[in-house]
Amino acid sequence: MKLEVEGKAAFAYAANHAFDAGKPTVVFLHGAGLDHSSFGLQSRYFGYHGRNVLAVDLPAHGRSQGPALTSIGEIARWLFSLLAAAGVQKASIVGHSLGSLVALECALRQPARVNRIALLGTASPMKVSAEFLDAAKRDDHAAFDMHTIWGHAPRVPLGGDPNPGMWMFGDTQARLERLGPGVLYADLKACNDYEFAGGVQCPTLFVLGRRDMMTPPRAASGLQERIPGARTVLIEASGHSLMVEAPDATLDALIEFLA
Amino acid sequence: MPIYQTTSYVFRDTEHAASLFNMERAGHVYSRISNPTVAVLEERIAALEGGVGAIATASGQAALHLAIATLMGAGDHIVASTALYGGSHNLLGYTLKRFGIETTFVSPRNPQNFRDAIKSNTKLLFGETLGNPGLDVLDIPSVAAIAHQAKVPLLVDATFTTPYLMKPFALGADLVYHSATKFLGGHGVAIAGVLVDSGRFDWEASGKFATLTAPYAGFHDMDFEEESGTRAFLLRARREGLRDFGACMAPMTAFQILQGIETLHLRMPRHVESTRKVVAFLKKNAAVEKVIYPELAEHPDHALAKKLLPLGCGAVFSFEIKGGRKAGKAFIETLRVFSHLANVGDAKSLVIHPATTTHYRMSDADLQKAGITAGSVRLSIGLEDAQDLIDDLDRALALSQK
Repeated sequence: MKLEVEGKAAFAYAANHAFDAGKPTVVFLHGAGLDHSSFGLQSRYFGYHGRNVLAVDLPAHGRSQGPALTSIGEIARWLFSLLAAAGVQKASIVGHSLGSLVALECALRQPARVNRIALLGTASPMKVSAEFLDAAKRDDHAAFDMHTIWGHAPRVPLGGDPNPGMWMFGDTQARLERLGPGVLYADLKACNDYEFAGGVQCPTLFVLGRRDMMTPPRAASGLQERIPGARTVLIEASGHSLMVEAPDATLDALIEFLA
Repeated sequence: MPIYQTTSYVFRDTEHAASLFNMERAGHVYSRISNPTVAVLEERIAALEGGVGAIATASGQAALHLAIATLMGAGDHIVASTALYGGSHNLLGYTLKRFGIETTFVSPRNPQNFRDAIKSNTKLLFGETLGNPGLDVLDIPSVAAIAHQAKVPLLVDATFTTPYLMKPFALGADLVYHSATKFLGGHGVAIAGVLVDSGRFDWEASGKFATLTAPYAGFHDMDFEEESGTRAFLLRARREGLRDFGACMAPMTAFQILQGIETLHLRMPRHVESTRKVVAFLKKNAAVEKVIYPELAEHPDHALAKKLLPLGCGAVFSFEIKGGRKAGKAFIETLRVFSHLANVGDAKSLVIHPATTTHYRMSDADLQKAGITAGSVRLSIGLEDAQDLIDDLDRALALSQK
């Protein structure tokens, strides 16, 4: 779905369905440097199972025009503008990594417009190592390598992609190499600088990967304590890229939570 | 790695079945589309090449056809190198023509030739990393730049080089395929192909590839690029190409090729090392008119080979024997260690004399046009002791001149 948001072209994958005001809406927010297709299987499922789906490309990612936004607050503001442009009053938000912080911020800013939030591969604070930030700032390919290596469970480069014939490491590298200059840095810095103020009231789900090297499960504990009643699904074999490393388990957790 | 010798996979329930068919869940449905053993091979080859994924096919020819059929249809055009395997030339020059896909063949020696042949309906540039029969070295960085300027991808056949000797994606190619029958399998026991995508070509920005960027009625109006970005080409190739044309790889074949690639890094240096010894021997032999190998200073692509193929120029090459067809025939019939057959890239050394086999209907003048002479002999150097090979060649060359 092509939209105009704050005067710029934006894109949200809608699983080939026209918007239906009578259906609940689920928004999918990708992580740093990636795009809507990170949620390919899951967003497609909900689009074909009674939901409006908006799997967005954040500015300067995928098909959305840049420049990249530089703080979680700005992205949250932009997302509400996107929802307004799409005619969506209220939505559940599924966010991965950077997207999970945006989901949190949206739930804080406009609780009346957010039904539920699912936070995948999350942490707060979400500190990014100085080496990683620095390499991204220089647009050094080493930043893509660190993103790829830390963004998956240690066994991933050796094989076992659930999507037949695909090699996840190569796919992540190819995606990152399509980014414009400075975009990954903007994303990582936004994550690094974000401070969660607390106070989320809506039903919340954590989906965490036991083998996550970027946001290990223990890094989410501070958040879990500050969101009473939140549920957690821990996926044993997955690293940070839950939607591609463990697509079925991730989908099952979301199906139950968004039912 | 278990061999999943099965056609199909039991669904958990009807909902699971529906979600697999509609690409909402990952998994296997039917072995023509995907199979767990075949998927291991695909993923490993993709990792060796540095691509996003791969599709294993029934043969190298099936991989080439799958690539072309995924990208284009009637009314479209390819610019291909003249230095191609005969089977590829047949597909492009004759068979695809019947289906409305035209090919212009250009000498790969000058990359500018590719640019000059590009038309508004051109969808693909294509060549071999090391061409047939003269081992023309494809200047991948230059040809890729020309392709990208024209907003089309560059496909290369990397059969002769394998990912051990060259990484075409790192040089700028967008798609790679192999006849895995050859060095990847390495033991001459299975016919196999594999098609790999770098995931770097931006189909949407090109605007020339409706098969990947427009709704496809054959799969719920899926726009493959919108659906999957970097995976668009492989998704369409699998969901349409394997589904409809059906040239898939058998699981046992995948197992055999997997066994082969486990030793690729040990076999390729030995193939190259022995080839260098044989080339040096032939260069000095009085019965030999000419040896064609890019590591020789007189080869027209010597400098380019040094740059693009520092680890070696493979183990398949030709030489010309003095005395034409008669000497060629006598030479072949006298060899004991070399197997006389129509294949390359085996653990065993192979030989063929085009003038009396693959090209036997051609006159000497026509052979010349194809870059072959009546005395041309093609060797594929295997893993035997190099001295045994040299002794065999020495004896046969001597007898050929009597």
